[in-house]
Amino acid sequence: MVYVVIVFLWTAILLYILLGGADFGAGIMELFTSKKNRHRTRRNMYEAIGPVWEANHMWLIIVIVILFVGFPKIYTTVSVYLHIPLVCMLLGIIARGTAFVFRNYDAVKDGMQKVYTPIFVISSVVTPFFLGIIAASSVSGQIDLQAADFVSAYIFSWLNWFSLSVGLFTVTICAYLATIFIIGETTHPDDRALFIRKARRVIFVVMGAGALVFMAAYAENIPLLDWIFSDYPGVIALILATISLILTFIELNKGHAIILRFFAGFQVSMILFAATYSHFPDIVLLKGGENLSLLTHQGQYKTIAGLGWALLIGSVFILPALFYLIYSFRTKKSEQHD
Amino acid sequence: MEDFLAARLQMAFSLGFHIVFSCIGMVMPFFMCTAHYFWLKRKDPVYLDVTKAWSKGVAIFFATGAVSGTVLSFELGLLWPRFMEHAGPIFGMPFSLEGTAFFIEAIALGFYLYGWNKFHPWFHWFTGVIVGVSGLLSGILVVAANAWMNSPAGFDFIDGQYLNIDPVKAMFNDAWFSQALHMCIAAFVSTGFAVAGVHALMILKGKNVLFHRKAFQIAAIFATIAACLQPISGDISAKDVAGRQPAKLAAMEAHFHTEKGAPLIIGGIPDVENKTVKYAIKIPKALSFMATGDFNGEVKGLDSIPVEDHPPVAITHYAFQLMVGLGMLMLGLALIYFYALVKKKHWLDSKWLLRLFVIATPMGYIALEAGWTVTEVGRQPWIIHGVMRTADAVTPMPGIAYSFYLFTAVYISLAVIVSVLLYRQITMVGKLYDSSSQTNNS
Ligand code: HDD
Ligand code: HEM
Ligand code: HEM
Repeated sequence: MVYVVIVFLWTAILLYILLGGADFGAGIMELFTSKKNRHRTRRNMYEAIGPVWEANHMWLIIVIVILFVGFPKIYTTVSVYLHIPLVCMLLGIIARGTAFVFRNYDAVKDGMQKVYTPIFVISSVVTPFFLGIIAASSVSGQIDLQAADFVSAYIFSWLNWFSLSVGLFTVTICAYLATIFIIGETTHPDDRALFIRKARRVIFVVMGAGALVFMAAYAENIPLLDWIFSDYPGVIALILATISLILTFIELNKGHAIILRFFAGFQVSMILFAATYSHFPDIVLLKGGENLSLLTHQGQYKTIAGLGWALLIGSVFILPALFYLIYSFRTKKSEQHD
Repeated sequence: MEDFLAARLQMAFSLGFHIVFSCIGMVMPFFMCTAHYFWLKRKDPVYLDVTKAWSKGVAIFFATGAVSGTVLSFELGLLWPRFMEHAGPIFGMPFSLEGTAFFIEAIALGFYLYGWNKFHPWFHWFTGVIVGVSGLLSGILVVAANAWMNSPAGFDFIDGQYLNIDPVKAMFNDAWFSQALHMCIAAFVSTGFAVAGVHALMILKGKNVLFHRKAFQIAAIFATIAACLQPISGDISAKDVAGRQPAKLAAMEAHFHTEKGAPLIIGGIPDVENKTVKYAIKIPKALSFMATGDFNGEVKGLDSIPVEDHPPVAITHYAFQLMVGLGMLMLGLALIYFYALVKKKHWLDSKWLLRLFVIATPMGYIALEAGWTVTEVGRQPWIIHGVMRTADAVTPMPGIAYSFYLFTAVYISLAVIVSVLLYRQITMVGKLYDSSSQTNNS
């Protein structure tokens, strides 16, 4: 049963990165869009994201619940030693979630919009940045259970070049997902051309940030290359990710929206796979070589079984409804446009 | 500020904030669907207007509720890691099911908000009902988790180890039913009176009267029925507490000495050092009756409990008095309203009745917060009753005070923004929602 739970955990993380990421990316793109085009970006984006928006950050909650129910030691270690970046991410989530709703539902559209929008945009950058930092810190081996002073226990557990660069990389991935996503949503050829140009640029930024991650890992003595190249699945995943990035780049102009999205999604899942496969089942690496593992630090049998069943039964209800939601808004929208 | 105190206050603030939004998220969908139902049945466009206005409210509150809930699920670990390390696997069952309920709620809300004129009208209406039902379900589940902290079950605690965990037994602990029942009714009371009060105020101001009258009626009916049920369910809760947490009951009642035929103490200032309550009204034997169902039953006082296990008496006592007092006031108003509905129809149009509802606007929410204070403070010094002390659960990280200041500032600003937003929704009713007044005015 623990493997069922782990599959759900991994899938929820992936879906949060993909769907939530596209959602964050929309805010990030707003930051990098000229004033002239900003309105167009926003309109295209929110027509697409609106109906499923409420469901997006549920994936994060599922990750948290799986962790604290099934793997409490992992949840508590991360919450104690990465307290500060977690709080930063939370502040981002609060600011973003509320600013988004406020700017869409405020009964009066006036000067307040000038307040909501920057909050929304800034928090769209901050949240994935710290998300990346947290993810990187949990594997960078800097969490020190024996640390005696505040700074080495609670600051240097996450403040290093590797974590920062992964944070940056996460931000760029979000922006990338968002641009690819918008291309399929545009209804006007001008819009489409605009976003294709943007996507090109973003792809270069993603590659730059990826290179930065490797450099930072080298500088911090983190054996990132070893992890990835130590076994075939990791290597294959990374190669596939690179190929699909190139294909995306080529396909951008004429490519069908669905294919582009598939490539982008596939690519991100391969990156996540490569990043998690090599040290599975360990997900938190501590200073001094000790690891927290999904297998040895799992909860007692009945807990895991209960959690597994709850997830399985839950998905029987949720997945069809979610697909129907997305499906009906796709078809109904095209009916309206016809 | 001491870290432990800061952590407790931060938790209390976050929960106190979240509860407001979650109650609205649990109850508003039912109001909205009722209005929607009347629109579909009677084709009176005012009901459509009310439905649309309320659905905007639901969307705003849902998002704020979801965000504050997300914060909570992190805070449990950020502030109480030692607790979560052991409790997570035991009381996690309701949380994992709650995830499902939230998810369904979010999906159904997507259908509802964006589904106008896209689906069969009754299917569309039904998705609104799903929003309400799954909201209520998540409330029940999370309260079951809280009830476990009051009444731990589903594991054996041997030599500091938590063995033989059974999450299903933990979920259906002794306290879950009485707490969940009381909580659900409380959600209807508090949201009902708040909504009814706001619309009553608008009627008194003479703005969009037709619209606000319909809205008022729906909210007032729900609120008053719930207000009548609340004391009954509160009585069930009190008997329950008497059985499982005598220290909490004693603190609620400021009941210092174990005795038979114990009096019910109303009001007064508890004096912990001298173990008396000054200036209180005492109703002979009433406490024994409330707690045990027998006028001469024995009620344990604080003297039967070791001092280090005493909860803070004064806070618990005042909070309990406040909750019950407000509950009685709202019950009174509910009875007047029913009397008016049945016997004195003309009262319904009278200003004084509406004014009473305006006065009652915040009462439900104050009672709600007070009630949680009773439950949570009354559980102290335990985080898991009889098993783990709150002080042993707190995070080792120093400097929680800063995090407390930070979150307090965030919550205060959010509260201000939400209030402004709501105020705007209400003042814009004429322009945005009330189709009858638009045709009249233009
Ligand atoms: C609108 C709000 C409201 C109103 C009017 C009342 N309550 Fe209440 N009460 C709550 C809202 C609430 C609550 C916030 O929902 C609590 C906190 C935990 C819980 O399960 O419900 C609660 C807890 C609570 C408890 C403690 C339960 C526990 O710790 O397990 C008792 C004994 C009562 N209530 C009793 C009453 C009585 C006798 C009332 C008579 C009128 C009453 N309540 C009115
Ligand atoms: C939403 C309504 C709730 C409110 C207003 C509320 C209020 C409070 C308050 C006032 C405290 C501080 C008590 C003290 O330290 O003296 C507290 C503590 C706490 N509450 Fe609640 N509570 C609520 C529901 C819940 C639920 C549903 C859970 C968990 C499932 C929960 C878990 C906790 C925990 C873990 C603490 C910290 C430990 C402690 O002080 O015992 N609370 N809450
Ligand atoms: C008595 C206490 C509580 C009640 C009645 C309650 C109820 C609810 C309800 C009805 C919602 C749906 C949001 C809405 O419709 O506005 C919600 C959201 C949420 N609550 Fe609570 N809750 C309580 C305490 C807690 C606690 C202690 C936690 C964390 C451990 C928590 C975690 C969440 C989360 C994560 C969400 C967001 C889910 C979403 O995105 O829809 N809640 N809560």
